Amino acid sequence: MMVMRYQLAYPETPIPIVGWFFAESGGIMLPENYNTLGAMHGTIMIFLGVVPLAVGAFGNYLVPLQIGAPDMAFPKLNASSYWSYFIGGVIMLASFFTPEGAARSGWTSYPPLSIFESGQTMWLCGMIFLITSSLLGSMNIIVTIVQLRAPGLTWFKLPFFIWTQLITSFLLVLAFPPLEAASILQLMDRVAGTSFFLPSGLVYAGNAVEAYGSGSPLLWQHLFWFLAHPEVYVLILPAIGIVGEIIANNTRKPLWGYKSMIYAISFLGFMSFIVWAHHMFLTGMGQTMSAFFQLTTMIISIPSVVVLTAFFLSLWGGSIRFNTPMLFALAFLPMFGIGGLTGLPLGVAASDIFLHDTYYVIGHFHYVVAPGTLFALFAGIYYWFPKISGKKLHEGLGKLHFWPSLIFMNGVFMPMFIQGLSGLSRRMYDGGTQYAHASDILHWNEFMTISAFCLGAAQIPFILNIFMTLASKATGERNPWDSTTIEWSSPSPPLPHVNFDEEVRVYHGPYEYSVPGKDKDFCPQTVK
Amino acid sequence: MSSIPYILEERPDTGLNNSRLGIWIFIASEVMLFGGLFSAYVFLRIAAPEGDFDYWGSKLSVPMATFNTVMLITSSVTMIMSWASLRMKQFDKYKMYLGLTILCALGFLVVKYMEYTSKFHHGIFPSSSTFMGIYFTLTGLHVLHILGGLFVLIYFWSPVGKRMYDENPDLLANRIEVTGLYWHFVDLVWIFLFPILYLL
Repeated sequence: MMVMRYQLAYPETPIPIVGWFFAESGGIMLPENYNTLGAMHGTIMIFLGVVPLAVGAFGNYLVPLQIGAPDMAFPKLNASSYWSYFIGGVIMLASFFTPEGAARSGWTSYPPLSIFESGQTMWLCGMIFLITSSLLGSMNIIVTIVQLRAPGLTWFKLPFFIWTQLITSFLLVLAFPPLEAASILQLMDRVAGTSFFLPSGLVYAGNAVEAYGSGSPLLWQHLFWFLAHPEVYVLILPAIGIVGEIIANNTRKPLWGYKSMIYAISFLGFMSFIVWAHHMFLTGMGQTMSAFFQLTTMIISIPSVVVLTAFFLSLWGGSIRFNTPMLFALAFLPMFGIGGLTGLPLGVAASDIFLHDTYYVIGHFHYVVAPGTLFALFAGIYYWFPKISGKKLHEGLGKLHFWPSLIFMNGVFMPMFIQGLSGLSRRMYDGGTQYAHASDILHWNEFMTISAFCLGAAQIPFILNIFMTLASKATGERNPWDSTTIEWSSPSPPLPHVNFDEEVRVYHGPYEYSVPGKDKDFCPQTVK
Repeated sequence: MSSIPYILEERPDTGLNNSRLGIWIFIASEVMLFGGLFSAYVFLRIAAPEGDFDYWGSKLSVPMATFNTVMLITSSVTMIMSWASLRMKQFDKYKMYLGLTILCALGFLVVKYMEYTSKFHHGIFPSSSTFMGIYFTLTGLHVLHILGGLFVLIYFWSPVGKRMYDENPDLLANRIEVTGLYWHFVDLVWIFLFPILYLL
């Protein structure tokens, strides 16, 4: 990531420190190296980073705790999900060290190019394992939520985080298999010489391609985006869930519009299956199709706005505690807002024709997943760390982590909108120096790169914080945040395989804070 | 051992036990997997030159596929019978019916093997045409599913099944029920594959 940013700011110069990696070209990054890094950055961040963290780690750890269950429903399935992820990850990372190198056709792997470019076979094999891992994991989460809820924990007493995990898992179960199918087809194209994605009369690198032809590159795009659009919501829904928990806890108020948020995200989950072709407005699929997908895209923005509005209204009149998790959760709201609202011009076919494949798109989705999802994950780590380890992370270091992260995050991604609106295309290995129309906005590249390095440095307090806290003595406090949800009634850390030391019974809704007439400002779900 | 509830008994408010819900969700994801491939088939068939799919489709052997269809439907019936015998605590009958299911699956695989090799002998490979590509992909993936199911069936037919039966007959019945649901699904996929590849 850092190497990519360095390259964009200072193209055609040798890269410091890691230059040995590009030894043949004297330390200068070649276009194909940049393509590899770009493709693998997307793949690693999404399939090896956010999904395993948000669904694999947070989902697996918190779902049984928040519903008062002793364990996940299928422990062996869970293990196989983990090992399948492990194998997929090893294949992906090992591909860097093969003679062919890692994949370089973008994380979207559009054919026909991806059929010919080297490194793609390893990518596809890795993907098949990663997809299988997600499938097994999400089946497990669904069954756990449906079957293992503690006595008294009815559907509308579930914490909001559990609802987001449930919807996310359904998206994974139903959206991932078509990508698995597409990966199998592309693998066949590469290995068995079929031509599912190769049209007739194709010429590659000056030579006519020897294949049967009559395939369609568009087929890949349809199958891919049928997964990859729901995938966007897979990335954001758990984050929304985490933010919801933290906001309710730190405003000391119930979440505003808890039920309408649940209806909103359920509707969002359903709608996410019929918006995929808004990624394909430029493929010439016709105006009727464009109009349909433009309409559904506008409709799907409504539930996201409902959720965000409910969060803002939850803040209204609360006596907010500004601790580190809350700061990250609060920062999530405007950052996700920017990410979401900048998506609207992309969803309208007419404006997308200009903005498609520019840095504007890069800015848009990075605002959703980097200061959006990533901040929510940080918030979640600060919030649940006392449960995981029995010790609270240091507040001062946490704030030292938060403020620079917030500033530099915007320093990296805000200029992308400026560059994109000026028409700078994405995936330029030299940051666009060869484009005359981009010359006015190229000076931003250096600014963004410096921001990115500062952002990297801003993570040092976080890492220090984790290790220093782990080395300190555990207090084992059960409920350090005075929270209501079930996981805080278990010992910290929870007992292995049974989680709780006494039988769990649920009497209250998830967010009964500041209930009039009670002597404390919170009523835990498990206390009568 | 952790005490995960509702492994065998049904949860009163959902009316399900864990594995039954789990296998249905798994089948849902499988429907999407094969659904993706079937829609790819439709997409490619529409895009193909006139008569291309008909020409290559006529090279497949309908009698062999019909035989295989009968094999799989029979195996689904014997699968049900083995589960029913288990519920009636007739272990020997269970073992016989499960053995018949395994034999049917093996029969299917042998015929499929003969089909594949005869194609290869005639110089027909997945790369020969788009139809052959999708034919080998769809049936190949289906064969992988059969192999996976066969592995599970043999596992429960082996002494492991007997040991499990002696310890907890209901657990074995539950496992066979879930295996059966998967097996019927694989059978159903073939019921769709047979007409679209061989008959259309």
